[in-house]
Amino acid sequence: MRPIVKFLDNELLERIVSEARDVLCKLGVEIHNRGILSMLGDYGAKVDMHRNHALFTDEIIDRTLKSAPGSFKLYDVLGNETHDFIGYNVYFTPGSAALNILDYKTRKIRKPTTMDYIKYTEVVSGLENIASQSTAFIPADVNENISDSYRLYLSLLCCKKPVVTGAFSVEAFNIMKDLQLAVRGTREKLAAKPLTIYSCCPTSPLKWSDVTSQNLVDCALHSIPVEYVSMPLAGFMAPVTLVGTLVQHTAETLSGLAISQLTNPGTPILYGGSPAIFDVRYETTPMGAVETQMIDCAYNEIGKHFGLPTQAYISLSDSKRLDTQAGLESSMGATLAVLAGVNNISGPGMLDFENCQSLEKLVVDNEICGMTLRLIKGIEPREDFPALPRFEELLKEKHLLISEHTLRYLREEQYFPGPVIDRANRARWREEGALTLFKRAHREVKRLVKEYEPSRLPGEVKRELKKLMEGEARRYGMDSLPSRDL
Amino acid sequence: MDILKQISENLRGGNDKKVLEFTKLAIEQKIPPKDILDDGLIAGMDTVGKLFKAHEIFLPDVLLAAKAMYSGMDELKPILIREGIPTIGKVVIGTIQGDLHDIGKNLVGIMLKGAGFEVIDLGNDVSPEKFVERAKKENAKVIGMSALLTTTMQGMRKVIDLLNERGLSGEIKTIIGGAPVSEEFAREIGADAYGYDAASAVDRVKKLTREK
Repeated sequence: MRPIVKFLDNELLERIVSEARDVLCKLGVEIHNRGILSMLGDYGAKVDMHRNHALFTDEIIDRTLKSAPGSFKLYDVLGNETHDFIGYNVYFTPGSAALNILDYKTRKIRKPTTMDYIKYTEVVSGLENIASQSTAFIPADVNENISDSYRLYLSLLCCKKPVVTGAFSVEAFNIMKDLQLAVRGTREKLAAKPLTIYSCCPTSPLKWSDVTSQNLVDCALHSIPVEYVSMPLAGFMAPVTLVGTLVQHTAETLSGLAISQLTNPGTPILYGGSPAIFDVRYETTPMGAVETQMIDCAYNEIGKHFGLPTQAYISLSDSKRLDTQAGLESSMGATLAVLAGVNNISGPGMLDFENCQSLEKLVVDNEICGMTLRLIKGIEPREDFPALPRFEELLKEKHLLISEHTLRYLREEQYFPGPVIDRANRARWREEGALTLFKRAHREVKRLVKEYEPSRLPGEVKRELKKLMEGEARRYGMDSLPSRDL
Repeated sequence: MDILKQISENLRGGNDKKVLEFTKLAIEQKIPPKDILDDGLIAGMDTVGKLFKAHEIFLPDVLLAAKAMYSGMDELKPILIREGIPTIGKVVIGTIQGDLHDIGKNLVGIMLKGAGFEVIDLGNDVSPEKFVERAKKENAKVIGMSALLTTTMQGMRKVIDLLNERGLSGEIKTIIGGAPVSEEFAREIGADAYGYDAASAVDRVKKLTREK
């Protein structure tokens, strides 16, 4: 039995959805994009172009819920299937778009560079429990106008895993799409084998900016999957109650769904988000708060109720260092997320809300992910019945260390974490240097970088990616890219 | 691949049938028995020990390799005895008096045997006299003592005191282990070594036997 956690009973869930529909139809959504407003108007929404506003209808909501696919797959740069977003399948992806990284040597937070990003792709390549890359942080050594596409460029060049990403401007979509076309070859091939997921964020309460709403349209036109990242803040830009926040999240997400599905019915989407409570003591949005994580799991239930695959920013921490708080918040989030069946779980590596990536934390989180992935395999009998023969063997042999049964099921029953997780006895731990978690994690980062094998993407594709990126950089006054010889 | 390499590689893979087959073949081909032991069986176990330490293989793999080692050793031992070639050493092991916990001690025994030692397992609840007398009788190089309880671990001191009393302390070395035992305690009671787990016990015993 796969263990599952739920927070909403049917009655409550349906009431939340019904209230969200009411909000969409009676209060509507502000959308700063005339093309989208016109499109909504064509489908019967009451549109006020002056106020950039649309009142939705139940017909629009029903139509878009009907056309949204209940599942989709993701493929790596070489075209191999890596994700099947369906049912309770779960996958982890690093937290994305951090402004900073935690520097191991100085123990200080600083702006990342290209070299940091390349190192990140090398590390994430070797992490078996992290199924995709994200464009995890923003290299500060390139023009800010290309910082979104440049991350994707480095990711596609260095690591074969698919990428969770996002564009910071309407213009950036084109180059980011072209980079993907360079990998897949044609628009049709890219649509058949999606390579990326774009995070598209409405602004709470109930608002879409021109950039993010246009990103939804552009992704839909190219069948590039999106995840809606609604971010209501309970008690600030959303009701203080978890239920009230869920109503808002549902309304905002359904509005995004409508934009995608009306643009291109059937375009792949993840019912996602990054809501949080608002900590009125510190004026912050704690991602490690248990209430934040409860909202995540609950909206995931609503997404599943709609029959849609889901996403959440949940296995991350507000701590500034790789410390106990970082471990407890990340593991609590990851555990709840897998038990709730969030299909795409974003967060590993992230500290300081969503502001700071740490490679050391990423390798620790990889182990948290591994443990939670074991957790959801549950407890299953494996030739355990009848039990008598096994115990006869045990009593006869005095141990079962080399029993056929042990050898057959050891690796299925038990997850073996890497050296980051200390399970040595004290004497051995001391003999091996009495390393702290941070030091063990750093040693693992170094090992992964050393053992990294370059992507097997064909040379001509790599050259094409480089040509495209250099062209884009020149548009913004950069004569060359800071990357090393890739 | 030469026969000794076949022995050592099959031992690494825990294939007892192949180890036996190649050990027989090596004997037939008149390869010196000491070479079969050192460059085949023990060489294989050394590799296994290194891989285990590096977490590349796990305890069951080590035990399977140990089992394969026995299959070769059973064939080789009569020849070694006949030709007067000593094994790498005899070790007397047991759980200390008053203590019935023998899981750790059993594991150490299996691993020691796998490393080529001749192991005399006295079981559990073993008196100091029995440890010392049997070790002397068997001409053992090392006594290995295990305890799980803080109340029984003090008995280890009695074994060491008895060895001292009988003037055997230089001749028969001691190693201790078990959950409540530590390096500090080993020093305090005058034990020659402390093994924090079965693999480290084998390493320490090897070191102790080389010291002689």
